[in-house]
Amino acid sequence: MENYETYEYDVLVVGAGGAGLRAVIAAREAGCSVGLVCKSLLGKAHTVMAEGGVAAALNNMTNPDGTKEGDSWEVHFVDTMKGGAFLNNWRMVEIFAKEAPERVLELEQYGAVFDRTPEGLIAQRPFGGHRYRRLNHVGDRTGLELIRTLQDKAVGVGMNVHMEVTLTRLLKDGDRVVGAFGYYRSSGKFVVFRARAVVLATGGWGRMYMYTSNSWEGTGDGVMMACEAGAELIDMEMVQFHPTGMIWPPGMRGILVTEGVRGEGGILLNSKGERFMFNPEYMPPLYKGQFAETPEEAERWLVDKKNNRRPPELLPRDVVARAIYREVEAGRGSKHGGVYLDVTHRGAEYIKRKLPSMYEQFHALGNLDITKEPMEVYPTIHYAMGGIRVEPETGATSVPGLFAAGEVAGGLHGANRLGGNSLSDIIVFGKRAGDGAAAYAKTVEHGTIDPAQIEEEVDYLLAPLEAQSGENPYQIHQELQEAMQKHCMIARTEKGLLTCLEKIQELRRRAQNLKVDGDRFFNPGWHAARDIRFMLKTSEVIVRCALERQESRGAQWRLDYPDRDDAFWGKVNLIVTQVGDQFRIERRPLPEMPAELKALIEKYGK
Amino acid sequence: MEKVTLKVFRGDVMGGELVTYEVPTQPGMVVLDAIHYIQKNIDGSLAARWNCKAAKCGSCSAEVNGKPRLMCKSRVDEYPEGVITVTPMRAFPLLKDLVTDVSWNYRVSAKIPPLVPKPEVAGKPFRMQQEDVDRVQEFRKCIECFLCQDVCHVLREHDRKDGFFGPRQMVKLAALEMHPMDNLNRREQLKNEAGIGFCNITKCCTEVCPEHIHITDNAIIPLKERVADDYFDPVQGLLRRVGLIKREKKQPMDSVPNEQTRIHTESLQRAK
Ligand SMILES: Cc1cc2nc3c(=O)[nH]c(=O)nc-3n(C[C@H](O)[C@H](O)[C@H](O)COP(=O)(O)OP(=O)(O)OC[C@H]3O[C@@H](n4cnc5c(N)ncnc54)[C@H](O)[C@@H]3O)c2cc1C
Ligand code: SF4
Ligand code: SF4
Ligand code: FES
Repeated sequence: MENYETYEYDVLVVGAGGAGLRAVIAAREAGCSVGLVCKSLLGKAHTVMAEGGVAAALNNMTNPDGTKEGDSWEVHFVDTMKGGAFLNNWRMVEIFAKEAPERVLELEQYGAVFDRTPEGLIAQRPFGGHRYRRLNHVGDRTGLELIRTLQDKAVGVGMNVHMEVTLTRLLKDGDRVVGAFGYYRSSGKFVVFRARAVVLATGGWGRMYMYTSNSWEGTGDGVMMACEAGAELIDMEMVQFHPTGMIWPPGMRGILVTEGVRGEGGILLNSKGERFMFNPEYMPPLYKGQFAETPEEAERWLVDKKNNRRPPELLPRDVVARAIYREVEAGRGSKHGGVYLDVTHRGAEYIKRKLPSMYEQFHALGNLDITKEPMEVYPTIHYAMGGIRVEPETGATSVPGLFAAGEVAGGLHGANRLGGNSLSDIIVFGKRAGDGAAAYAKTVEHGTIDPAQIEEEVDYLLAPLEAQSGENPYQIHQELQEAMQKHCMIARTEKGLLTCLEKIQELRRRAQNLKVDGDRFFNPGWHAARDIRFMLKTSEVIVRCALERQESRGAQWRLDYPDRDDAFWGKVNLIVTQVGDQFRIERRPLPEMPAELKALIEKYGK
Repeated sequence: MEKVTLKVFRGDVMGGELVTYEVPTQPGMVVLDAIHYIQKNIDGSLAARWNCKAAKCGSCSAEVNGKPRLMCKSRVDEYPEGVITVTPMRAFPLLKDLVTDVSWNYRVSAKIPPLVPKPEVAGKPFRMQQEDVDRVQEFRKCIECFLCQDVCHVLREHDRKDGFFGPRQMVKLAALEMHPMDNLNRREQLKNEAGIGFCNITKCCTEVCPEHIHITDNAIIPLKERVADDYFDPVQGLLRRVGLIKREKKQPMDSVPNEQTRIHTESLQRAK
């Protein structure tokens, strides 16, 4: 077998989004040597694309009468639990709501420059499901600010960066994860990392769907590598459909239109010009009475947030996405099969200042001036609520030596994530996982790397290049996307899910025999061959869990089980493990919430 | 369906050529869509970088008809002749096809220490007015596409990467130098290691910036003035010495530890 380089670190961080970078800083500050691996260049992870803001209850905003709005970690806790339809891990939410403000202020110390209030504090904007103005932001490019700040800080604390390396397998010594294996995308050379602890911060998965806001990176490698190494996954059926993706022109379909548009007063209209979110049918009982009931009230709210209720466009994402879906199904869709999102009434100057990148995106790529015309939008696959199950305090997974944080981890968001909660998730739990991994690394020696595991993976990787004939990975990908888009999207049924599962199994069989042209030197076709196998397995898990959960909750909307079943399904998470080549699904009771947190829900939930 | 002709550079350090592809067009199509079409339907081994497909990440930089551009922001219908030539950035070593080795940019960037908050605000929420940060926010829009680095003649024609950090890093340094809370003296680095003197204000960088950052007018020229004030202006120097002009005293560069960050890249040799 060919030679490969081996690098040794106390802590190996996989992923250079916000979660990975924050973990690097934490592990470095704890005195560990740190290696960072990512598939793209530094600063290009999904985090860079985030627009709307980072949610943290800083309570910076004032009412017209000069009083503070009154936000607190308690209200953020309750909003997040409600938004997640109470499937969330309460302890994670508690830690999250309490620590988010500190983490955001720390970004400022690292060099982030947020928009300011008239008093000179960090400005906050309203977002779906958040009771108060809570999203700390920089126009509509908050993710860029966050990733660049953390990138510069992480570089400043000192680490070894391996850019454009794809890891494909975690290496184990007995029960414990002791390293990882992969290849340099540019040269195709193999590389081994030996580490006392590994932090997975590989982000989400959306590429198995046809229309998604995710980049090529979102193929589920991290979550499947963990699963293959024995880790438990949680809530995998919960995939977020962001209500407003672009729908026209065709090449832009799926690209995100930030919720910030609605936060800044944007309204949703159907083809008849009706502001359909006021339709009482779309109002979930949990939120009844908390939102404006007339467009006039919603209009007044723009200037006086204390004495008026929020517009229903700011309901949680699952609710708005379903409403859009139903409007289009009912024949009230826009020209290209979506609905209209109109922010023109806010005036050109305001729009260009608060939503500059949306203005530019539509202007340059959509032939549309959003200060003059409404946008056309339709739900797009956006975010994975589910993921690797972790210990709230440390990010430890169920496998020793393996930690996880950020979108790849599950449990915080329950059945639906509120906008803005992901950027605070990645900094809160990125730090915790970095601390957790560093503490663990100090208690163990390096493990032994088993060459047999590497050889097996090498064979697996090289097979498509050596094959004389076989399937094209792009073709399999296309068929997977069609099946998932059709059957495992926003509205699900048993029949559709079973059809989808059958298709996935057929594709998994066909994917055992792939063939790609060219050599190992920066060859996207070859990379696609490994990615597709991760995507197929991740899709299978999503579909199986969607079949298992026979109710509608958050992002899981089953047409054949339209009701929320709190008595049974509301009390269990679905936990997935891989046994042999099969997935095992367990219904595990939610941990019991302590009385003082229950009391908070009573107090602020109404 | 209408078609567009793409001439794409294919090759590596060993040599290469423009290869012609016919790609069906769609409304609103961008050059990156055409590249993806080729990968999917004609040749899966065509190498190109991309991530966001919405001009937000700065991955897909290349030269379109000889001009440094983001491929995801270059509409095919901007080129009515129907022939589009796509080549890799020229200022950086070629890896393969449209992919170049841009790691040098990360290595010089690592020489610039991040914000060091002034002692009176360290650990406390900052109080800053919007108008005091507008300027800095313009610079922080940078998506690190390195198109400005690609076009700058100091780096492109004269290959003075040993002496000049390039316009991208001038923008980064400007954001720090003009940050109301930064306490590090950035001018010494600007003058010496970063080589601001190499820039002769041709403004080519500003023209190609997809984020419309006024690199020369708002970053480089004011920085040059500040450096000149410090180092070359005898009147200012005198007034300062006798105490008629007060400038805040910031801490020197060498007062902060410079941790070694290593950016690994792979050699250009083909793996067999
Ligand atoms: C368009 C868009 C807009 C968004 N807007 C918002 C918003 O306004 N507010 C908000 O809170 N959230 C938003 N989100 C969600 C949020 O951006 C992400 O959930 C979050 O950034 C995820 O961060 P992360 O660090 O977990 O992962 P990512 O940023 O996705 O990073 C994953 C990293 O893992 C690496 N990686 C993956 N697989 C491998 C492998 N096999 N080997 C090596 N490295 C690997 C990748 O290269 C990458 O560096 C948005 C998301 C998108 C796509
Ligand atoms: S203005 Fe200066 S930095 Fe910009 S391209 Fe010209 S020489 Fe280079
Ligand atoms: S300054 Fe502009 S051109 Fe230069 S790297 Fe940044 S975004 Fe690109
Ligand atoms: S793909 Fe992100 S800028 Fe073009």
